[in-house]
Amino acid sequence: MSGRLISFMRLRGLVRKEGLQILRDPSSIIIALIMPIVLILLHGYGISLDPRDVPVGVVVARPTADTAGLFTALSNSPFLKPIAFADVREAEDALRRRRVDGFIVLREDFSRNAGGLARPAPIQLVVNGVDANSARILQGYVEGAVVTWVGSTAGERRSPIAAPIALDHRYWFNAELRSANFIVPGLIAMVMTLIGALLTAMVVSREWERGTMEALMVTPASMTEIMLAKLLSYFTLGMGGMAVSVGLAIFLFGVPFRGSFAMLTVIAMTFLIAALGMGLLISTVARNQFVAAQAAFVTTYMPALMLSGFLFDIGTMPAPIQAITHIVAARYFVDALQTIFLAGNVWAVLLPNLAALAGFAVFFFVLTLWRSRGRLD
Amino acid sequence: MDEAAPIVAIDGLVKRFLARGRTTTALDGLSARILPGRITGIVGPDGAGKTTLMRLIAGLLLPDAGSIRVLGRDAVAEAEAIQAEIGYMPQRFGLYEELSAAENLALYADLHRIDAAARAQRFAELLRFTGLAPFQDRRAGKLSGGMKQKLGLACALLARPRLLLLDEPSVGVDPVSRRELWRIVENLVGEGITVLWSTAYLDEAERCAEVLLIDGGTLLAAGRPAEFAARMDGRSYAVAVPESGRRALQRRLARDPAVVDAQIQGAAVRIVLAEGAPAPAGAVRVAPRLEDAFVARLAHVRARGESARPTLAARAAADGPAIETRALVRDFGSFRAVDGISFSVARGEVFGLLGPNGAGKSTTFKMLCGLLPPSSGTARVAGVDLGHAPARARERLGYMAQRFSLYGDLSVRENLEFFGGACNLRGARLGARIDWVLDGFGLRAVAAALSGELPLGYKQRLALGCALIHEPEILFLDEPTSGVDPLSRREFWSQIGLLADHGVTVLVTSHFMEEAEYCDRLCLIYRGRTIAMGTPDGLKRRAASAALPDPTLDDAFVHLVADYDREHPP
Repeated sequence: MSGRLISFMRLRGLVRKEGLQILRDPSSIIIALIMPIVLILLHGYGISLDPRDVPVGVVVARPTADTAGLFTALSNSPFLKPIAFADVREAEDALRRRRVDGFIVLREDFSRNAGGLARPAPIQLVVNGVDANSARILQGYVEGAVVTWVGSTAGERRSPIAAPIALDHRYWFNAELRSANFIVPGLIAMVMTLIGALLTAMVVSREWERGTMEALMVTPASMTEIMLAKLLSYFTLGMGGMAVSVGLAIFLFGVPFRGSFAMLTVIAMTFLIAALGMGLLISTVARNQFVAAQAAFVTTYMPALMLSGFLFDIGTMPAPIQAITHIVAARYFVDALQTIFLAGNVWAVLLPNLAALAGFAVFFFVLTLWRSRGRLD
Repeated sequence: MDEAAPIVAIDGLVKRFLARGRTTTALDGLSARILPGRITGIVGPDGAGKTTLMRLIAGLLLPDAGSIRVLGRDAVAEAEAIQAEIGYMPQRFGLYEELSAAENLALYADLHRIDAAARAQRFAELLRFTGLAPFQDRRAGKLSGGMKQKLGLACALLARPRLLLLDEPSVGVDPVSRRELWRIVENLVGEGITVLWSTAYLDEAERCAEVLLIDGGTLLAAGRPAEFAARMDGRSYAVAVPESGRRALQRRLARDPAVVDAQIQGAAVRIVLAEGAPAPAGAVRVAPRLEDAFVARLAHVRARGESARPTLAARAAADGPAIETRALVRDFGSFRAVDGISFSVARGEVFGLLGPNGAGKSTTFKMLCGLLPPSSGTARVAGVDLGHAPARARERLGYMAQRFSLYGDLSVRENLEFFGGACNLRGARLGARIDWVLDGFGLRAVAAALSGELPLGYKQRLALGCALIHEPEILFLDEPTSGVDPLSRREFWSQIGLLADHGVTVLVTSHFMEEAEYCDRLCLIYRGRTIAMGTPDGLKRRAASAALPDPTLDDAFVHLVADYDREHPP
């Protein structure tokens, strides 16, 4: 069916028709512009992995200058909020009632040992282990605060009580370790995956449902023109959704943006063509909107969520699953977005990702044109 | 004229579809010729292959065997060249509902690359032709059924096609709009366009120059409608009866082996005799119709006598009317859809609500089913006020929707179990009722089959069985045989007649006049009001004039609506 030349007049007519439909039928606008806002707000606030001001109990058997110093050190940590308890029983009770996520006990001999250098001063840490991940994070924060305090007191007293090797952490690209900084760019990829495929899959299946596709096929318009018109119209709408998502990331979530907008635009455009192409491909098989929406969800969003490296680190997956992630377009987009937001224009990362996305775009569009003949069967 | 080269030549056409791992043959070696400059009707029962044939001619499907040549070109190899010269209106018109009438036209003009100068002139022409000029800025989705159809037609005509394909254009359209459509299409033929018109309505096919009768994917017969009718000459009679006993007479005649077809028409039963059979005493000879030939022809093809005969216990006569409305009103915002409708239906009566699209009959119907509360006025069904106890009233009525609302993935028995359960039938009682439906409606043999895969006639019986499973006193039918072929339609109505004779009250909505003939009384609703009420013959008499001494119900409908418009300008 691609034998006919593309006519500008036909294409313009079709694009105008799509435009009027978009403006008058709110469903596409809801998918393209409202859905990203809802999804990003929901997930952006929902999937925050940062413990901040975690309530932690402190039980001091005998208050001294050292215990007060440690308490201050704990308060100075942005991650912890120490609360003093009179005895262990009270702290345990608070833990059970979830008022604190853990507590530390400084025994009577704490000050003596800490100052006397003879033996290490033991600190007991009790954490709520129900959520193992949070427990480990809390443990890390407490240890960090203690090490900081030990280091600073050792410096003041000019005595080498600290361990001979000091571990100096430095977190690159996300110095504050804010999870929003890497979750939100990944989230943009999820949202764009879903709206890209949904938009085209739904609108083409709607044409099948309402019998308008049958009428179009009997006109001189070729399948190439019909598909191209869909792609052009929903590409514009999809880029609007992308702009909304990026705006939310930068201005609402305060995600740093270190790359260039030009590069971001190029990558987003390439990915969107691939996602819309996937939707078009679904629509050649699914001829009603319900099936199309289901198919779009299962074949694009679910793999993107699980296998793109957005939620689960690809490096820790079993080898066969790692191999499968290579055919998930979102994987390249997640990587590119996280890089461009947090690290900047790192060409060695961006260019291979861009090339992979371009490959997907061409693959889906060619396959769609090949699959969609100007016939009903 | 017949020696002209055919515009469509079909030879040995075969088309099969694969669905759920099973192959169905839609067209089975069909051959036909369609001649230029006339309207050719493609007539056949549902599932005969009419739409498949249209799509093959339009180059939308590939045949499995055989050939089609359209306008001298091969429909497989040169589909694009053919599509440039034909206009095609699919069953759902192919309009974009969000676009206005003018925007729909502009889209199709772009697709056909009609330049700006030619375009303005062509639009003006088509809008005038179809009478859509005042509505060109209205969205297609907001147009009435008749107007949508005319807009669909205008879009198909934009590029001045040589061949126009219309796939069942008059399904769901009232008589007034149907007449207008015919006028428009007959004008087109005057301009030299060849038209192919598929339909399940035989009164419509009668107006075609040529008719192709297809069934089971093959051509049964082809010819002029008059030729078909002429072959039936001397076999069509009307037997007069008092109105009260017409259904019993119809049933008696239908069982007579000398009678091929017996159909209620007003106060008479119209019969078609078997070849060579003598006319019964007192029967008056009437002019044969195309439908007589169709039924006689198909009666050979289809096994007769399988018609279902549910046995019912006669109901004790209860007091008061079965259905009664008083000054029923329903508003939607500032729009008054129903404006003070009052009528009363006696027990055991078959009562029809007629009216054009958008007249308010569906709204009235929904209020009577208790699905929509009235804005004012009262409606009583089986003596229960719907305003007070809609659920209690619903227990006593059965409802059969336009598109039989069956679960296609459930078997016949499972559908009955489900609908029985929904009506609070349990255990032995439910079992007895299911047996009654399976035996009474001839469904025993297909009890385990998936209802979605049944032939249409069986589906219809099952839908009726589901509506009757809880022994309702009142049966509501919403356009029950719209788009259904004459044979299935006859079978359905003979079942309804039997139910009515056993005291079940039947309320029917329709804009299909043949259905209306089966009713004891009719209420014609237009612009939210009752504009006429009476027996079918009574309504016909009101439309009789010197020019039209013996009007059909269709004529009466058009006449009464036009009269009302004249007396009450909108």
